[in-house]
Amino acid sequence: MSAVLKAPLTVEFPFTRSVGPVQSAFLTGLRERVILGVRTGDGRTLVPPVEYDPVTAEEIRDLVEVAPTGTVTTWAWNHAPRRGQPLDTPFAWVLVRLDGADTALLHALDAPGPDAVHTGMRVRVRWAGERSGAVTDIACFEPYDGDPAEPTGHSGEFADAVTGIVARARLDYTYSPGRATTGYLHALAGHRMVGERCPSCRKVYVPPRGACPTCGVATAEQVEVGPGGTVTTFCIVNIKAKNLDIEVPYVYAHIALDGADLALHGRIAGIPYDQVRMGLRVEPVWTEGGRYPDHYRPTGEPDAAYDTYKELL
Amino acid sequence: MNREIAVVAFAQSDHRRTSDESSEVEMLMPVLHEVLERTGLKTADIGFTCSGSSDYLAGRAFSFTLALDGVGAWPPISESHVEMDGAWALYEAWVKLRTGDADTALVYSYGKSSPGSVRDVLTRQLDPYYMAPLWPDSVALAALQAQALIDAGRTDEPALAAVGARSRADAGTNPHAQLRGSVPQGDYLVRPLRTGDCPPIGDGAAAVILAAGERARDLCERPAWIRGIDHRVEAHAIGVRDLTDSPSTRLAAERAGAFERPVDTAELHAPFSSQEVVLREALRLGDSVRVNPSGGALAANPVMAAGLIRIGEAAARIHRGESDRALAHATSGPCLQQNLVAVLEGDPR
Amino acid sequence: MSKEPVAVIGVGQTKHVAARRDVSIAGLVREAARRALDDAELTWADIDAVVIGKAPDFFEGVMMPELYLADALGAVGKPLMRVHTAGSVGGSTALVAAGLVAARVHGTVLTLAFEKQSESNAMWGLSLPIPFQQPLLAGAGGFFAPHVRAYMRRSGAPDTVGSLVAYKNRRNALKNPYAHLHEHDITLEKVQASPMLWDPIRYSETCPSSDGACAMVLTDRAGAARAPRPAAWMHGGAMRSEPTLFAGKDCVSPRAGRDCAADVYRQAGIADPRREIDAVEMYVPFSWYEPMWLENLGFAAEGEGWKLTEAGVTELDGDLPVDMSGGVLSTNPIGASGMIRFAEAALQVRGLAGEHQVDGARRVLGHAYGGGSQFFAMWLVGAEPPSS
Repeated sequence: MSAVLKAPLTVEFPFTRSVGPVQSAFLTGLRERVILGVRTGDGRTLVPPVEYDPVTAEEIRDLVEVAPTGTVTTWAWNHAPRRGQPLDTPFAWVLVRLDGADTALLHALDAPGPDAVHTGMRVRVRWAGERSGAVTDIACFEPYDGDPAEPTGHSGEFADAVTGIVARARLDYTYSPGRATTGYLHALAGHRMVGERCPSCRKVYVPPRGACPTCGVATAEQVEVGPGGTVTTFCIVNIKAKNLDIEVPYVYAHIALDGADLALHGRIAGIPYDQVRMGLRVEPVWTEGGRYPDHYRPTGEPDAAYDTYKELL
Repeated sequence: MNREIAVVAFAQSDHRRTSDESSEVEMLMPVLHEVLERTGLKTADIGFTCSGSSDYLAGRAFSFTLALDGVGAWPPISESHVEMDGAWALYEAWVKLRTGDADTALVYSYGKSSPGSVRDVLTRQLDPYYMAPLWPDSVALAALQAQALIDAGRTDEPALAAVGARSRADAGTNPHAQLRGSVPQGDYLVRPLRTGDCPPIGDGAAAVILAAGERARDLCERPAWIRGIDHRVEAHAIGVRDLTDSPSTRLAAERAGAFERPVDTAELHAPFSSQEVVLREALRLGDSVRVNPSGGALAANPVMAAGLIRIGEAAARIHRGESDRALAHATSGPCLQQNLVAVLEGDPR
Repeated sequence: MSKEPVAVIGVGQTKHVAARRDVSIAGLVREAARRALDDAELTWADIDAVVIGKAPDFFEGVMMPELYLADALGAVGKPLMRVHTAGSVGGSTALVAAGLVAARVHGTVLTLAFEKQSESNAMWGLSLPIPFQQPLLAGAGGFFAPHVRAYMRRSGAPDTVGSLVAYKNRRNALKNPYAHLHEHDITLEKVQASPMLWDPIRYSETCPSSDGACAMVLTDRAGAARAPRPAAWMHGGAMRSEPTLFAGKDCVSPRAGRDCAADVYRQAGIADPRREIDAVEMYVPFSWYEPMWLENLGFAAEGEGWKLTEAGVTELDGDLPVDMSGGVLSTNPIGASGMIRFAEAALQVRGLAGEHQVDGARRVLGHAYGGGSQFFAMWLVGAEPPSS
């Protein structure tokens, strides 16, 4: 069997998150260097403020300011910070109960080493230099040995409140397509379309998926199909898709390659788009360096009769 | 309809650091074949199929639709999928059998952690406004919980190391486990947790067949009867919870009848050594209970399948006559946020 | 002992829009859940378990978001499950919840489905680039348009039928305050003149991208007896799946859909769906799927579905109204779209559908599908409790 194929796969998006009123107040407060909690019906103060009481499920909106100083309730020393974490030098993850709060906030503590950190130690917020209304407006916590800071008595009302955040998230994966697809890709490199036959129902799958989806057994016997094929059905694309450098209109077709038991997808060219029809006989056109056929073009053969491909629709 | 339902067969893959030569369906399919073979059933004989997996693990949306190829869903099957550990897929199947709509169920789950960085991937489970932007990885969150236990005097680092050592020693007899025998405790990953306190990262799949009533007896010499199964969730934010306790586990165990009589075996889904400490206490497991004879998640932790494997391992011990009453547990979410408990029994011998 | 009958006693939806910028994800689901509880006049404490569904997690960029949503859904200390069966998920989620009641595991269950598509971009979420794979040559419409052409070829349907469906559904949406698209100046000519995106599918024959949530409270006989408003009773429910693509797949009328409907009709004792079912909330993301599903669901013989549409049978005042709410064509928070179909079916038999109520609707089908026309979920609800 061929060597395992691998390629990087990056899943990345700047998610646009609307935050709702309570989270808006908290995040706007951070921008203004004010920390707000929310009071529950039974008088507890939750920091960071959540929108719904974790005990009673009631909606809670009663904002109350707490101090930017507090006490570590537990910690963990992170000697090797990872991408996206608050500090890029070794730090402690901490849960901090701010003075005036009944619950703890997760963040980073900048400390010289694990020996300088303990549960019960006093800390205060170190504000980020540039703040936008995000939890990262708290740069981190730092050790603090003074008295609890006094809240300023902020009402929780702000001009120009933050209503959303942009949360960039990137995850890096290494993709490997597995045995069957790897074999298919290797054959494509030689401009051959090689599918696999199910040992049970004898159907030929192109591209092969490793399993016959109706029999639930592995396919293995390789079968070369095509190059000729029949357009079973199609649509005419009139809108330009992102990331695709194809002039519209063009035809996107289902093509049953000769010898295959189901159609694959491809673009039809070499014929005016409005002359493409079901039953048209086509063959692949390869371009230099392309992994897949660039498109399929008419072979000039007579059209296939509907009965010969209607089971492949 | 209060029918008796049992686990009648269990199969799992060999769990490995990577399975990059196989697609998900290529990894899963042999496990499906094995579990069906154990009962002599074919896909078409199965009344209901349910699976558990997560798109995020390998970075592919709708990953479960491709996995379905391995089932052979033709003619069409009655089927469902949870974006949860397979233990919850088993729960859904158990409910389906309880309604009487089906007599047998195939449950499977799979997870490939090798394509991504699972520590970072799991940060995407956290609330997207306050926690996820800080990228606190799964080991860091477990370490905060471990330190809270140490501060409370409930454990210490040597005791945690002993949990890992015992698990991997027990895994010596489990041919599917990823980490077996003597494994160094290693350096701190996130203090106080060392490499040895953390689960191996790897790929794997598992499958279980459930059957109701007499059908179960037909398919299995000694069915593992599900006497009770329940699951509960806690508040999401770790700062509002007591991390040294697991009230949701305790409540699920109560509802599943775990405290009515002692169990002889417990398969706990504790990916971190410190979490076993929490779970033992919540489940009131005494020293006489054999905990994680399979090696548990510290020996193999294919994410999304590791919980189902606990139920499968507990059931398999009953099938083999090595247990009469076993508890199986599965967890999900940061610091044991969500927990499932099942109580399994064999017929008297 | 037979199954416990399942009743819908609460329904709640958000006003579906392109972007709900005023709420968090929790705020969005909460709004629908709260409305469903209010409809049933219940509190959070009355709920025994929560079953939630949505389409791929990449849409919002939150992995298994039910963990974060546990607090907002009042699920703390309760069982919480998360279903994902692609586009059919809203329907499947309701069926999983119904199973909990039918099996007498729980008495009263909250079920909810949502999508907040404005957090990302649906096309991004649906087509993450996969290395080595041929890029998709067209958007979602391009995936379905060839199947529509195959249907037209097979049935001989005139190419005007798709526009009729879109025109009908958009007019129905005007009577539904929760619908996303409210095109007050809609005319058939405007639909027919809208750009041909993926020939044979026009722009006006496609669904929008919405933020929205839908919730239901399901309960047993005792719960229904206490309910302040009429209940909808489940007479049948089923899921069927077949592989995405396979040799011999009928993409126009998938067997999984036919089998699923047949199972539901068997449970409900329906021999002639066309005669015995009063209305349908059908999952129609592209207008041509109405005639296609009319055949697949057994309301018309093969090749005849378009004739019902053309004759006005599926109009709000027709003999078999379809998508009284305006349907997916007017509202599409993907993960919630299936549950909206189920919930709208329930509202009809409860007589609570408001302006888009079908007079005397006693038995209504809710239908959902997803993936490559491979996952189906349906239920049939009635105004009366099931007889058996």
